[in-house]
Amino acid sequence: MSKLYSGAEIVFKCLEDQDVKFIFGYPGGAVLPIYDELKNHSTIKHILVRHEQGAGHAAEGYARSSGKPGVVLVTSGPGATNVVTALTDAYMDSVPLVCISGQVPTHLIGTDAFQECDTTGITRPCTKHNWLVKDIKDLSKILHEAFKVATTGRPGPVLVDIPKDIQFAKTNYFKQKKEKKIKEKVHNRFFEKEIDSLIELISKAKKPVVYSGGGVINSGPKASEALREFVRLIGFPITSTLQGLGAFPGDDNQFIGMLGMHGTYEANNAMHDCDLLINIGARFDDRITGKIDEFSPKSKKVHIDIDPSSINKIIKVDLAIVGDVNEVLKATIKKINKKQNGFKNSNKQNTSKWWEQIQKWRLKNSLGFINSDQTIKPQHAVQRLYELTKKQDTFITTEVGQHQMWAAQHYKFNKPNRWMTSGGLGTMGYGLPAAVGVQIAHPDKLVIDIAGEASVLMTMQEMSTAVQYNLPIKIFVLNNQYMGMVRQWQELLHEKNYSESYSEALPDFVKLAEAYGCKGIKANNPNELDSKIKEMIDHNGPVIFDCQVDPNENCFPMIPSGKPHNQMILGPNDKEENKITGKGKALV
Amino acid sequence: MANPKSAYSIPTKIGKFDTHIFVVWVDNEAGVLARVVGLFSGRGYNIESLAVAEVDATKNISRITIVTTGTPQVIDQIKLQLKKLVPVHKVADFKREDKNVIFKEMALLKVVGNKKKIEKTLKACKSFNPVILDKTKQSVVIQITALRREIDKMSKKLKPLGLTSTSRTGAIAMTRGAEVFK
Repeated sequence: MSKLYSGAEIVFKCLEDQDVKFIFGYPGGAVLPIYDELKNHSTIKHILVRHEQGAGHAAEGYARSSGKPGVVLVTSGPGATNVVTALTDAYMDSVPLVCISGQVPTHLIGTDAFQECDTTGITRPCTKHNWLVKDIKDLSKILHEAFKVATTGRPGPVLVDIPKDIQFAKTNYFKQKKEKKIKEKVHNRFFEKEIDSLIELISKAKKPVVYSGGGVINSGPKASEALREFVRLIGFPITSTLQGLGAFPGDDNQFIGMLGMHGTYEANNAMHDCDLLINIGARFDDRITGKIDEFSPKSKKVHIDIDPSSINKIIKVDLAIVGDVNEVLKATIKKINKKQNGFKNSNKQNTSKWWEQIQKWRLKNSLGFINSDQTIKPQHAVQRLYELTKKQDTFITTEVGQHQMWAAQHYKFNKPNRWMTSGGLGTMGYGLPAAVGVQIAHPDKLVIDIAGEASVLMTMQEMSTAVQYNLPIKIFVLNNQYMGMVRQWQELLHEKNYSESYSEALPDFVKLAEAYGCKGIKANNPNELDSKIKEMIDHNGPVIFDCQVDPNENCFPMIPSGKPHNQMILGPNDKEENKITGKGKALV
Repeated sequence: MANPKSAYSIPTKIGKFDTHIFVVWVDNEAGVLARVVGLFSGRGYNIESLAVAEVDATKNISRITIVTTGTPQVIDQIKLQLKKLVPVHKVADFKREDKNVIFKEMALLKVVGNKKKIEKTLKACKSFNPVILDKTKQSVVIQITALRREIDKMSKKLKPLGLTSTSRTGAIAMTRGAEVFK
């Protein structure tokens, strides 16, 4: 007769089997048996957050920066509802999370018991799958399957809801059977024929562009290596989505910047005018495509994605390859290398005129801005931060808004998993807790949250978490006193009616930092910026950096609503011709 | 129609709508119907009718038949999204016009009236496999199986004859011939 384990013990046995090192959580009535068991498992460290949303985002930061699934533990009712934003965020950005939530005892489910909510009902549309464990015998199987579902195929969040009586109940523990395959929801079998067609298209292209996305990051560091090899082999220009930054080095000459609503002039024009578009692990998001009808009208389109439902969802493609990015790219590289050596040279000839055109677009310097020696321009602040941190392996998280776009535009990423941002859901308040998670995964690295003052106040309480675990995260607040992106849209689209986008009262961030028990730094003018940034980096502990920036600065370039890629609004440097330039005129 | 103030793109061409019948084999577990139906409502797909029941008690498999309309792109999405659900085993998708597939709906019709009207009713139902489930002096309950539009027609036709209540199932489907959908 083998030993009987309680539900709570089984939870930890599963986590140990899954090699989980950290749990982000917050205790409460319905998970107390699991919290009681925590002390018996020294290999698993619990990180106590200050709000369950923070636990979710911290787990996301942990997962995105380490490639391992993030684990969240919350109680029933409000614990579960508070984590919904983070689950939705993870679902939109394909981040593997396993959320374990407590539930009221089985016999009380459906009675409106204290702290009861229909957790599986609420989280059904924002998870890949969820389970309510009604029988202790199913618990270990479900937990192992939860990890499997979260991490395979297109990753995403899952939730396991465990009633309190199940946590107490006892049964045998079953280890995950390696040989027995749990029914997989991965359909990643691509065919040699498809690779041949891809190479055929590559060899014929005269104006190609590669558009890579977060799928490359999710496929692991090897996929980024494969992407670099592939792009260098074919010599094509490459642009990236917000989530894909870092998969290809940001300072490489073949990289033409981020594309989309706030992408570079050269990237968006290349997307519009190209004759071959190779989408690698991206999903034709509406911030990327602009007006669908006029999206890249002259190109053959190839889409490589692990999720079959991403294909033809928004944009009809000519060649779809369903598979893991790394495997598809490896197979393609292998085939190209087998071909005659002339491939590379003819490719170079074919695309030389295209590169000339791209160089012309680059001369626009679309990320340019008018700097000032009186006030700190936010773009300048990000550029200085980049210059002063690029020598070390730095991890950047962001909140959501103008500062996020400036970070994406002006901070150059050279490695994958160094850039954590809420892209799909656009969750203000993501960056600070995400930085907590990143720092947990990489205790010796520099972790900076490039933040806005409005966003960061949404989850400011997690500074307390950072202080408790002595996590030296740096919160670099670009403080313009406005919800900057809201203000920008109001300026451009709503006749400067700045309705409720100005924060008339803001905390003194230096004093706030001190109240939390960490360091506060304030920079008011450009002259002191560098020395203060250095002071921040050199401080061995968490810092809130209040960077007072020009409140009226807008984020350019920008594709206005309902416009195609080649009708961008450029910055003030380009005022006289900022409406529609070049070839775009013919299309209006 | 175009709203220049939106930060989102403006809806453009809407393609032609087709009617499709999806047959979905799922694990018969708690919440599985909510997952399927939630997928439809969450993504704005339309459900015309729905029929669901367990078909294999040993393997615990239920068969869901959903009639829906959408552009070819939407139909494609529905199929791919359904396949992603964890408890879904397989998904079949048939066009309504497909000659190789049988579609049937069942209806229970209660007609209250005199003998003459009831006789007329039975006559009208003749070609739809009528089964008399209950009969009294003033009423009759008839079961018919037919296509959706045929039942629609019957309802209209029987109104003046004293049709007082109608209860209908959603469509169910099966392929013709010896072949089985895999």
